[in-house]
Amino acid sequence: MTAATIATAPKRPSHFRYVVGENPVTAFAFVLFGLFVLLAIFGPAIAPYDPLYTDSAAALRPPMKGHWFGTDSVGRDILSRVVVAARMDFGIALAAVALSFAIGSALGSCAGYFGGWTDRIVSRGSDTIMAFPLFVLAMGIVAALGNTVGNIVLATAIINLPFYIRVARAEVNVRRNAGFVEAARLSGNTNARILLRHLFPNILPPTMVQVSLNMGWAILNAAGLSFIGLGVRPPQAEWGIMVAEGAQYIVSGEWWVALFPGAVLMLAVFCFNLLGDGLRDLIDPRRRT
Amino acid sequence: MIQHATFMRSGRAIVFLLASLLLASGALAQDRRTETLIIANEFGPNSLDIHGVGANRPAYGVAWVAYDRLMTYGRKTLPSGVVSYDYNKLEPELAESWEIAKDGMSVVFKLRKSAKFHDGTPVTAKDVKWSYDRAVSIGGFPTFQMKAGSLEKPEQFVVVDDYTFRVTFLRKDKLTMPDMAVPVPSIYNSELAKKHATAADPWAAEWLKSNEAGGGAYKVESWKPGQEIVYTRFDDWKSGPLPKLKRIIQRDVPSAGNRRALLVKGDIDMSYEMPPKDFAELSQEKGNVKVVSVPVENAIWYIGMNVTKPPFDNVKVRQAVAYALPYDKMFDTAIYGRGVKLWGASSNAPKTAAWPQPDAYATDMAKAKALMKEAGYANGFETTISYDLGSGTVSEPMAVLIQESLAQLGIKTTINKIPGANWRAALLKKDMPLIINRFGGWLNYPEYFFFWCYHGQNAVFNTMGYRNAAMDKQIDAARFEDNKANYEQLVKNFVQKSFDDVPRVPFVQPTQDVAMQKNISGFVYWFHLQPDFRQIVKM
Amino acid sequence: MLATIAKRLFAAIPSVIGVIVVTFVLTRALPGDPAAYFAGPAATTEAIEQVREKLGLNASLPKQFVRYVVDLAHGDWGQSHSTGQPVLTELAQRLPASLELTLCALAIAALVAVPLGIVAATRPGSWIDHTCRIVTTAGVSLPTFFTGLLLAYIFYFLLGWAPAPLGRLDPYLTAPPPVTGFYLIDSLIAGDWEVFVSSAKQLALPAVTMGLFVMAPLARMTRAAMLGVLTSDFIRTARASGLAKGTILYRYAFRNALLPVVTTMGMVFSFMLGSNVLVEKVFAWPGIGSYAIEALTASDYAPVQGFVLTMAVLYVLLNLAVDLTYTLIDPRVSLDG
Repeated sequence: MTAATIATAPKRPSHFRYVVGENPVTAFAFVLFGLFVLLAIFGPAIAPYDPLYTDSAAALRPPMKGHWFGTDSVGRDILSRVVVAARMDFGIALAAVALSFAIGSALGSCAGYFGGWTDRIVSRGSDTIMAFPLFVLAMGIVAALGNTVGNIVLATAIINLPFYIRVARAEVNVRRNAGFVEAARLSGNTNARILLRHLFPNILPPTMVQVSLNMGWAILNAAGLSFIGLGVRPPQAEWGIMVAEGAQYIVSGEWWVALFPGAVLMLAVFCFNLLGDGLRDLIDPRRRT
Repeated sequence: MIQHATFMRSGRAIVFLLASLLLASGALAQDRRTETLIIANEFGPNSLDIHGVGANRPAYGVAWVAYDRLMTYGRKTLPSGVVSYDYNKLEPELAESWEIAKDGMSVVFKLRKSAKFHDGTPVTAKDVKWSYDRAVSIGGFPTFQMKAGSLEKPEQFVVVDDYTFRVTFLRKDKLTMPDMAVPVPSIYNSELAKKHATAADPWAAEWLKSNEAGGGAYKVESWKPGQEIVYTRFDDWKSGPLPKLKRIIQRDVPSAGNRRALLVKGDIDMSYEMPPKDFAELSQEKGNVKVVSVPVENAIWYIGMNVTKPPFDNVKVRQAVAYALPYDKMFDTAIYGRGVKLWGASSNAPKTAAWPQPDAYATDMAKAKALMKEAGYANGFETTISYDLGSGTVSEPMAVLIQESLAQLGIKTTINKIPGANWRAALLKKDMPLIINRFGGWLNYPEYFFFWCYHGQNAVFNTMGYRNAAMDKQIDAARFEDNKANYEQLVKNFVQKSFDDVPRVPFVQPTQDVAMQKNISGFVYWFHLQPDFRQIVKM
Repeated sequence: MLATIAKRLFAAIPSVIGVIVVTFVLTRALPGDPAAYFAGPAATTEAIEQVREKLGLNASLPKQFVRYVVDLAHGDWGQSHSTGQPVLTELAQRLPASLELTLCALAIAALVAVPLGIVAATRPGSWIDHTCRIVTTAGVSLPTFFTGLLLAYIFYFLLGWAPAPLGRLDPYLTAPPPVTGFYLIDSLIAGDWEVFVSSAKQLALPAVTMGLFVMAPLARMTRAAMLGVLTSDFIRTARASGLAKGTILYRYAFRNALLPVVTTMGMVFSFMLGSNVLVEKVFAWPGIGSYAIEALTASDYAPVQGFVLTMAVLYVLLNLAVDLTYTLIDPRVSLDG
């Protein structure tokens, strides 16, 4: 056969384009996510005002030219604060979920691989966390350790651990004695290498979806903590604490103080939730809902 | 057919009955509503016993209306038209009359013979003695409050006969008589209480925490902690004119925005704690809500600096801070003008012995920078600003503005908001360098305030850890000084010293704001800042 | 049956013990000093020491823990220092309030989300499907306290449709004599129609607020389960046999899809019980959530421990109940394993 006679098959659309094309909502979610990431990276550079600059004479001004989102109780520009807060919120969400994922997968994998007492201890620990009312546990941790961003991240990470532990454990357990693992063992790989190189990639598909959902939940969690006074410290800009502070101005008619951060927060969490669905369609078509 | 007719007739009868019941209940409801007051606050009492450990401020309110005291204060009308208590006038409550001995070292009270407790038992002098003994022996806040008026030992309290009670004085203290009209020396039904006392709990503290044993104008009908407390009028109350309101429902509504909404919609009659902004706006609105404002006596919001923590041990640094505070900005955006300004006087030398009064500091960044340079901190330093989460509505904007201002001096601050229990403990530890706090004293005397806040005895309220021997001498002398001119001079001296040394920078004297429906009258301002339902009338 | 239930309960004990230990350590790690708090604002260091002695806080941690466990075994859950009441009594009084609210919220959420999920499943990929997804996801994307305040503002303050957010009952009315603690049931038992109507009205806004938050998982799970069932063989047979669409959908498909839906309901219920703290704060609802928050900020150990323990026990019982419901729905499922 010569090269000339081999007809090139028509190019099929990539899997990604197929899934996204079929579901416009998912496409929308990906675009939105991209926008937020850009905002998080470039936020402080494009904010029109210094988010910490107060101007008491201009306190609680409604949205108008120059202050498109209005000003808050000490005269700070809300648009600038919302834009800059993207970095803080994304940072919290990313850090919390990354921590949760890393530790949870590690623990769960070990539990699934080694079995025995490791499994028992890890499973019991995970059950204990799950038996807690999660938000109260987060509250307790932040109250006990102090309300810094680090502790908020830690508390959120802890309450999300059980899921990752469970999934990792299940996936590793099933494949513990599979052929390829045996082969790896026979060729002299250490346990750590087996876990990391061979078993870990199997955990990714089911957890990817949850990662996205958890990021949305992390932002909501931080907002809830701010409402009871355990959120980030003033004068930090963070969507949740802006909503919590703005909430007291709803009845007196200064709706913009809570609405704009609230809308952006909702959009972000919304985006993460839809993204989770999209990722699931993408990665594991069997589980498409 | 006949059955159908009877059914129709009985049906009609039922409808008629229902309709008239509804109408009647509607009418009853209307009556009920003018005799019932609904008041919503952020939180309610955590105990029915003011002597109990950790009793909070609303618990003082319970003592005030459910229990009597020997005397109460009279009234005066303030220039603004609001009726206030008059701390110079003592009037009878449980005691019909009293006579101070010629040597001025004791007083004899004649008790009302018609007074009864809520369970019908007559009130006698032994109940008064039991209650006073309890107050000075039980420890904690009540004992310390009694001590402020030199009421310290049970031996001072003597039952002469069933309706005569004598108090001997340990020393001549002008605060002794007024101290017997504050909420602490409430008169308890000792027989009822003793029934629930045990060897380990001789003062029945356990039982009295959730049960009321008083003889005041109102009985506690029900109390659900964290939810509501309901009072019903004690119709046999003889210690004063019978109140008009028959029932008071005090509900906990933690959300301030909701309290405002409830007021504006007319679903509650009164509310005490709301953000200053809401009070400012409600007083301007032409709706059905009015706001009564009274400057709180002997109280100030201040910025305190811990003189034991460098660099705040340097008076020039403290003065620099005093010149750097953004007073006007804070007055507008944190307090919304609900207060009396305590800065900007012409000099630090007081012209009167009034307290609180303004000092000479004002926002002057140039002066502040010069002082920092003199102190050797031209480049500033780092520190934290701390405040109580519970008072965050005012403290937080203050903190943010102060942070910004101090940054201009090179002072980099982190803001530290501290929740409830931790705040009390932190104040006690005295390790916070810079705090925003508020303090007020019940007895309206400057030396009383200074005794707790500036005196070297270093009470917990002396949050700055300030100690100055010369000032201590002046404060101690002022407490027992009879001569008016000397007294005023002493006061002016220690006030000036406090301004010059400025361990704490006074900011404003806060006002007590109460929002209520326009059809409510009879509000009286009291130093304990709790509602007195006995004078309130709903039209 | 009873044996398997007992076995399950037994297996759950280690988790409950874990919860007790962790809560104990966590509350002791809270930075506040309850002794300072309760000794009052004017206390001297000696007075605080006295209070600390009285509260038993001077003993070593292990000793305090032992004392706590021994008390628990005797049914003494400690006393709340801020209200002065025994924790068990207060929890017993407040739990029905939270349960009533959560159950109503779950009912509202299910009534909306499940039909939505079914409809979305019958027309996958259509605009109805996308709308269903967007609406339910929107509900779960806002913090509950914000939704609550917004709803209160719109429906109470602006429109006047909802009653005042003053708690469970209009203040002029008195609560019905307690039988179950659920005002809706107790008022009917007592025959008090006015109280029933008032309680229902007061429940509306907070229940809707909470319900909005859990519609998404319910709708999503219903849709997924229905989709899975609708594509199965026996449904195809039913269609081929000419059965009416409604019969297919409800008599056959839905019943089979019920299992995962019930699981999700169980999960969602236990999640709501734990996260109702914020809604309770906004609507002045006297439930265990608001109780726990107040106690936490006052560093009041006993109520927080009591609250967490109650939640853990409820969680275990709930899981058991869900599993039991499974056996009722699907005879193939057994409790063992």
